[in-house]
Amino acid sequence: MSNNIDSTTGKLTAKDFVSGQDVRWCPGCGDYSILAQVQRTLPELGIPKENIIWISGIGCSSRFPYYMGTYGFHSIHGRAAAIASGVKIARTDLSVWVATGDGDMMSIGGNHFIHMCRKNVDLKVLLFNNRIYGLTKGQYSPTSDVGIISKSTPYGSIDYPFNPLSLALGAGATFVSRSADNDPKHMQEIIRKAADHKGTAFVEILQNCVIFNDGAFDYVTGKDNKIEKMLYLKHQQPMTFGKDNSKGIKLDGFKPVVIDLNDGVHSVNDCWIHDELDKDAARSFILAHMTDHPELPMPFGVIRRELKPTYDEAVEAQIDAITQKRGKGDLQKILLGSNTWEVS
Amino acid sequence: MAQEKEKEVLQLTEVTVRFAGDSGDGMQLTGSQFGDTTALFGNDLNTFPDYPAEIRAPAGTLYGVSGFQLHFSSSDVHTPGDSPDVLVAMNPAAVKKNLHDLKRNGIIIVNTDSFDAKNLKLANYTANPLEDGSLSNFKVYPVPITSLTTAALKDSPLSPKDVARCKNFFALGLMYWLFNMQLDQTLNWITKKFKKKPEIMAANEAALKAGYYFGDTTEIFENRYWVEPAKLPKGTYRNISGNEAAALGFIAASQKSGLPLFLGSYPITPATEILHYLSEYKYIGVKTFQAEDEIAGICSSIGASFAGNLAITSTSGPGLALKTEAIGLAVMTELPLVIIDVQRGGPSTGLPTKPEQADLLQSIYGRNGEAPIPVIAAASPADCFYMAMEACRIAVKYMTPVMLLSDGYIGQGSEPWRVPMVDELPEIKVNFRTEKEGFAPYLRDENLSRPWVKLGTPGLEHRIGGLEKQHISGNVSHDPDNHDFMIKLRAQKVKKVEDDIPLLEIRGDEESELLVVGWGGTYGAITEAVDRLRKNGTKVAQTHFKYLFPMPKNTKDILSRYKTILVPEINLGQLALLIRDQFLIPVEQLNLVRGLPLKSSDIENKILELLGGKK
Repeated sequence: MSNNIDSTTGKLTAKDFVSGQDVRWCPGCGDYSILAQVQRTLPELGIPKENIIWISGIGCSSRFPYYMGTYGFHSIHGRAAAIASGVKIARTDLSVWVATGDGDMMSIGGNHFIHMCRKNVDLKVLLFNNRIYGLTKGQYSPTSDVGIISKSTPYGSIDYPFNPLSLALGAGATFVSRSADNDPKHMQEIIRKAADHKGTAFVEILQNCVIFNDGAFDYVTGKDNKIEKMLYLKHQQPMTFGKDNSKGIKLDGFKPVVIDLNDGVHSVNDCWIHDELDKDAARSFILAHMTDHPELPMPFGVIRRELKPTYDEAVEAQIDAITQKRGKGDLQKILLGSNTWEVS
Repeated sequence: MAQEKEKEVLQLTEVTVRFAGDSGDGMQLTGSQFGDTTALFGNDLNTFPDYPAEIRAPAGTLYGVSGFQLHFSSSDVHTPGDSPDVLVAMNPAAVKKNLHDLKRNGIIIVNTDSFDAKNLKLANYTANPLEDGSLSNFKVYPVPITSLTTAALKDSPLSPKDVARCKNFFALGLMYWLFNMQLDQTLNWITKKFKKKPEIMAANEAALKAGYYFGDTTEIFENRYWVEPAKLPKGTYRNISGNEAAALGFIAASQKSGLPLFLGSYPITPATEILHYLSEYKYIGVKTFQAEDEIAGICSSIGASFAGNLAITSTSGPGLALKTEAIGLAVMTELPLVIIDVQRGGPSTGLPTKPEQADLLQSIYGRNGEAPIPVIAAASPADCFYMAMEACRIAVKYMTPVMLLSDGYIGQGSEPWRVPMVDELPEIKVNFRTEKEGFAPYLRDENLSRPWVKLGTPGLEHRIGGLEKQHISGNVSHDPDNHDFMIKLRAQKVKKVEDDIPLLEIRGDEESELLVVGWGGTYGAITEAVDRLRKNGTKVAQTHFKYLFPMPKNTKDILSRYKTILVPEINLGQLALLIRDQFLIPVEQLNLVRGLPLKSSDIENKILELLGGKK
């Protein structure tokens, strides 16, 4: 592929990633924080700005590309993963990002989501999970809790929600992570890690919708709860949380349990050591499903990482291999095929 | 092979043969081998595979019958033939299903081994038609094909079941003998195909030769036949199906434009071969993406187009329905894209393996909002090559999705094609915008096209999307006047394509009272009907649409010249509706929606009826 692009000279700043269009999310929306963290992080990646592409579907989150000073595509509902896959396969030299929401990617775009993960297309995917449909003014979404009262569930939702991390793991995603809109530093760290990963990098960001589902994550990320309810995962470190890291997670068979590190019985040596690169996916699922147990904290950070060739790389590698074997295709020979006859 | 020719050889100008048997009997292979051999010999030909949607329907049943018809001749051939002269029937169901199409006095070669009580019952025969005189209008040649094949392969290490599977090659060998043809082409094919399976190679060769020698030694055939080579224009020829021709046309367009080729597709009958062929040609740099569904097929192509590739998506009717919303996105974002629809019988799943001119209106109108796109259609298998290139040319020049219509008949049928030299093919000009000065994403050039920017071009970073665009700036705009303006601008851009396409031409008697108007894959049948009538002294003219939207500029002028316009279509009158709507010209219709190509005789009869027997 001929693509003679000079690297941008001079250091980029967050300002370079601002498009100049008026940002039209509701005041107080969690999306502002995500936009700010992305604009702060991208300049650090050393990627020329013109090689960064943002693709989105439909929904509040999908307005994201309009506000980025990069190439961007605000597409149709649910299809961002498919369009981004086409961009990346056509042009492996580009850094392709997807901004999406729980309605866009977990519902109408569910099929594209699982197949993107399965194929390990080298895309960075930020899922703005606010557990509600915002742009259509407040219907429950596939990540909403059972019982939620919304415009389309006036008597409470009877749908069981998806667990986005578990879904991504089940579909074979090679980078599965979670962050929150009210933790800018952590989000920046996860965005950087996602950018560094080769393959589908999935980031679930708990994002507050101030209008239709305000405070949906307060039980975890709220000021009064976060110390006890947020478990920050660190690669090859024991899982500890709580005030002064006084609590830990111990893996009891398949069961994660909270242990008190000051009880004289347990110590940090009893804690589960997080391994992003765990060969056994079962433990990654246990982490993803800690949210099933209200007594456990919710894990944040990189749940799982796996190193394997990406789909787009493999496409090019196969073309190279077959071209080497058969020689570069000649149009005239291809048109002639193998069975011709002459009429004179 | 040069045996003494004791039997008289009768010369014929054209022959239509149909091979029919169980869908596991290898009839498609037998037919296409026979076709390749006639083509190599120099006959003009046209083929039509007609097979069930089930891959291996229960053996012996009527719905499991698979057929392959071909028409070869010493002069121009435009159709696979209305009625076979020869039917090769591998079982009773094949006789039952095909008999009504056969010419009176036509030849039937039957595999008598399969005419047992069970197969007769499966074919709903209460008595054996070989014995009860019901085939007395035909020349029936009973041949125990299975047992003769088994006897010829008695030394083969293959299992009895595998030996019996070679019977199609026996039948093919016998047909080669009957039509005085050489075995070489098929022998070469067998050698290549079964290189890694020497037992199967040997068995198929032996069966083919046994069939040929059987013809020579048996007393049952009185004659052999011979069809002279056709007088085709000078050149190098190959046999080609429409789907392969389309794939090659896309590759040629990619080479002639310098754009990398990307196909995003989901398997669907009868379009899938386009994906197969393009996947084969990775070594010329083609990228194919078998997506998770039809929608991802087109959306990945839109992504590739955004990135600066020549992007194609291939599908058939139901798949086109799924791609609808994404086509609208490509209209709004004004990205070049070719959608090839190999049409099949509808509605819904309809008739997956049968041709129908099902989607003309879907192609032109089947989107939300005012979403005009150029719609063009190929007229024959080889024409798919040129129309594929043409679709690409229009797409990149006008920055628009283009619909290319083919159908199951021309997509899977084949004909000889004079292979063009690469230098003869037109270049396709592409200008990627790199100039920063004065750039806006929705600027317009003289064709009203907006600039195409290859992703990665520094300084031209911009955003596009499905929301209405402000003129020039491309920013999101909900302004009422701007929307009205942009709706009209997009329509005007597509309309402008009419300045850039060939005018309609008249074939036949310009001064006739009646003009037959067709589009797409019915070209062959209409041409054959018109030529036959004219040969017999009837004055009639024909014109054929390959550009359906916009139509050629002289359309109204041409149509206004004739007292009677006849529009034969394999639908309920979709082109007829367009003509009435756009030109207020009354038209007569012939609509047969049988999941089969139109027969030239049906068109001929309709013309005669409209002319009231006048010549």
